[in-house]
Amino acid sequence: MFAINRFFLSLILVISVVFNHHALASPDIHLWKTNDGARVYFVEAAELPMVDVHVIFDAGSARDGEHAGLASFTATLLSGGAGGLDSDAIAKRFSEIGARFGASADRDMTTVTLRTLTGDEFLQPALALFNTVLTKPDFPEQDIERERNRILIGLQYEEQSPASIVERTFYSRLYGNHPYAIPPGGTTDTVKAITAEMLKSFHSQYYVSKNAVIAITGAVSKKEAKEIAEQITKGMTKGKIAMPLPAVESLEQASEENISHPSTQNHVRIGQPGVKRGDPDYFALYVGNHILGGSGLVSRLNEEIREKRAMSYSVYSYFFPQREYGVFTIGLQTKNTQTKEAVDVAKNVLQDYIDHGPTQEELDSAKKNITGGFPLNISSNSKIIGYISMIGFYGLPIDYLDTFNANVNAVTIAQIKDAFKRRLDINKMATVTVGGQP
Amino acid sequence: MIDNSIKRNGLIIGVVAAIILGAIALYQWQGSVSGKKSPFQPIKAKVSEFMLDNGMKIIVREDHRAPVVVSQIWYKVGASYEHNGITGVSHVLEHMMFKGTNTHAPGEFSKIISENGGRENAFTGRDYTAYFQQLEKSRLEVSFELEADRMRNLLLQPDEFAKEVRVVMEERRLRTEDNPQSLTYERFSAAAFQTSPYHNPIIGWMNDLENMNIDDLKDWYKKWYAPNNATLVVVGDVKPNEVYLMAQKYFGPVPRGRNIKLKPRLEVEQEGERRIVVKRPAKLPYLLMGYQVPVLKTAQENWEPYALEVLAQILDGDDSARLAINLVRGTQIAASAGASYDIAARMQSLFMFSAVPSQDKTVNDIELALKTEIERIKNEPITKEELERVKIQVVASDIYEKDSVFYQAMQIGMLETIGLNWKLMDDYVERIRSITAEQVQQVAKKYLTDDHLTVAVLEPLPLDNGKPTEIPGGPTADVRH
Repeated sequence: MFAINRFFLSLILVISVVFNHHALASPDIHLWKTNDGARVYFVEAAELPMVDVHVIFDAGSARDGEHAGLASFTATLLSGGAGGLDSDAIAKRFSEIGARFGASADRDMTTVTLRTLTGDEFLQPALALFNTVLTKPDFPEQDIERERNRILIGLQYEEQSPASIVERTFYSRLYGNHPYAIPPGGTTDTVKAITAEMLKSFHSQYYVSKNAVIAITGAVSKKEAKEIAEQITKGMTKGKIAMPLPAVESLEQASEENISHPSTQNHVRIGQPGVKRGDPDYFALYVGNHILGGSGLVSRLNEEIREKRAMSYSVYSYFFPQREYGVFTIGLQTKNTQTKEAVDVAKNVLQDYIDHGPTQEELDSAKKNITGGFPLNISSNSKIIGYISMIGFYGLPIDYLDTFNANVNAVTIAQIKDAFKRRLDINKMATVTVGGQP
Repeated sequence: MIDNSIKRNGLIIGVVAAIILGAIALYQWQGSVSGKKSPFQPIKAKVSEFMLDNGMKIIVREDHRAPVVVSQIWYKVGASYEHNGITGVSHVLEHMMFKGTNTHAPGEFSKIISENGGRENAFTGRDYTAYFQQLEKSRLEVSFELEADRMRNLLLQPDEFAKEVRVVMEERRLRTEDNPQSLTYERFSAAAFQTSPYHNPIIGWMNDLENMNIDDLKDWYKKWYAPNNATLVVVGDVKPNEVYLMAQKYFGPVPRGRNIKLKPRLEVEQEGERRIVVKRPAKLPYLLMGYQVPVLKTAQENWEPYALEVLAQILDGDDSARLAINLVRGTQIAASAGASYDIAARMQSLFMFSAVPSQDKTVNDIELALKTEIERIKNEPITKEELERVKIQVVASDIYEKDSVFYQAMQIGMLETIGLNWKLMDDYVERIRSITAEQVQQVAKKYLTDDHLTVAVLEPLPLDNGKPTEIPGGPTADVRH
């Protein structure tokens, strides 16, 4: 613990961008397809001698089926042996050229990343090795067993963390039979049952060109970026795009679940399925939530729960837009004895907001914050590649950044009220608490 | 789990070069930004230093990649300045800094920054308290006006304090009480440091928080919040002279505080190994080991901290480091194992190991395995390849870190605040590259000895009277099977 931030940054989960037409230019995004059909999004950034590459597959845990944890396990195993190289050799090769490799899966996607220096003596071997782990993982038996054990230890860690328990339970209550209920990390039983065949078959079905989006940012030209995209996908099966996910069903009634845990605080989640990418209500909900609980210090929830009542260090709400309806959630943690009171206050704040919407002053302030902060969202290579990855994966319009500011500024109080009323209903929300009994 | 500094990679230091600065730019230089040339040329951005008449230091680093700016004010005060009975006061005061001044109501600071599109926060460490705003470049003045105001005009009202200290107690529950590994680290630090103020947790002991009062905060604020105890760091798309003039306008009128001479409060010599056990409801055992070592600020031998830094990288730099190869992937004794060293501490610190054993292994197995690795380092020099990998990694990190103006500002602020010079930042890569295999062996032999070791073990108690906690695992059974 080097430092104590005043606020959790979890609210940043809602990835959104704004753009101020008059003062600023959004990055110039180039878009094309590789020979095998992977879509490529590229932004040139010449200042630093480095390049970032993200390859995103429609291969999140929502594709796990009966084998919860499969997508994540597959991603972990990419660097566990590939093209005949063992895991130590892969780690050493990346390291000796200063490259950073990563692979992980969330509910919607698997993301495989490379950050490397651009000098030829670094870039070329980095791309070649990246291509190998991406397209030729060997899934060696001993690496599978080792990583399986480590994943199982990770699951035990989650069991001692009230924050992890509440997250898993909340998703389970919201999504029932929908694949978004699957915890990306899997469960002890499912992880134990995953076999090499399952990993290989998951890889060969989903790690394919037509199911891939590539994002590139850094000190390379468009021509070089085109070569990079071909190079890293060389030998990749064309394959086909993943099937659409089933629609998320709405919750029919309110539910409440209290899980006992030997902690001094209760971790609280309240919510229901919320919004998806490209949703017509997106901007009204995004700007509306900014006022409710998305703007950290100055939100209504923060004011009522933290500033007025000192009940929680971190209180927030967010819509997490996904391919299908992602969560809307309010979250907080409070000492065991005041759990009920905190839940009641949070629900009252929400109900009041659904009923009455924001004031004009609140809306104006929110717009100023969102639009005025736009340059911060695209001020580094890592932030830019995050946005183009999102635009690419969800197929958002290429002018998404250019029009975002106008879209935010166009939101009215009436739209927010209307959208919140239609989309949120306290009488159908799930409430989950994890902690000690008062 | 253990992270005393921002990031180990790229933190700098070395020579104590206390330069007293004149009224205007004393120091200025322009390095070259290398395009696609050899990355072995460190990228040196243009940095300017200024000093106001009231003793406030200003450091401006230009980065023109994007039209943004980060502004940070660093105060030389933190948990290591506190004494028993008031632990956590620096951090509670940091919270109270958002609670109003003579001219701004509680919460108004944040509202104004927000309406300017800004992001803001603050953090407290063992050796510093810092406040920051990230803004589109034309809004910098808003930040200066507000920060100058709360440097001397904070209200510290009893009713606001009474609420905020309860928020901090919730924060302590969240971070420490309910996190078995954090709690173990807290108790470990209290055992490893007996007379050094690093004994106390940054957030403070719960009992001290419960008994803190508004006068504790008023005294603390009056004592430490003054321009001559602060460093203003600005990094971004700005012109140094304009920043200086603006700073002079807002911070110039703030009166100088009295000079305070810090007492050394040195850690007593450790004469023999110390061990503690922490019993807490948990699923996983956990091991912490720490050896007393010098840091850049305290080192007698200038190169030693850099050698310790290389040692930490050899053991735990990335997936190709020894702990990953030998303990996690080789013998598979550890589910995770790490080594770390906080080169930029103000006082003598620790070379740390932390580990979680694999399923059928114990903390004793891990301790033995870690000590075997330490003995190997002492007995045979690290290989040329290992040393080369570390050096390349340091060069690469130096470039990757330049992608964040915030991180650049943190490095400068931290170095200055512990009493070193930010210029060490630009020497870091060279200093690391000059370290030899023999020097790494030497520091291991000299410092990683049992008599200077503290060990803490987390012994899990049942989470629910021995019953495993059932947590939901996805779609209901009918779908799964």
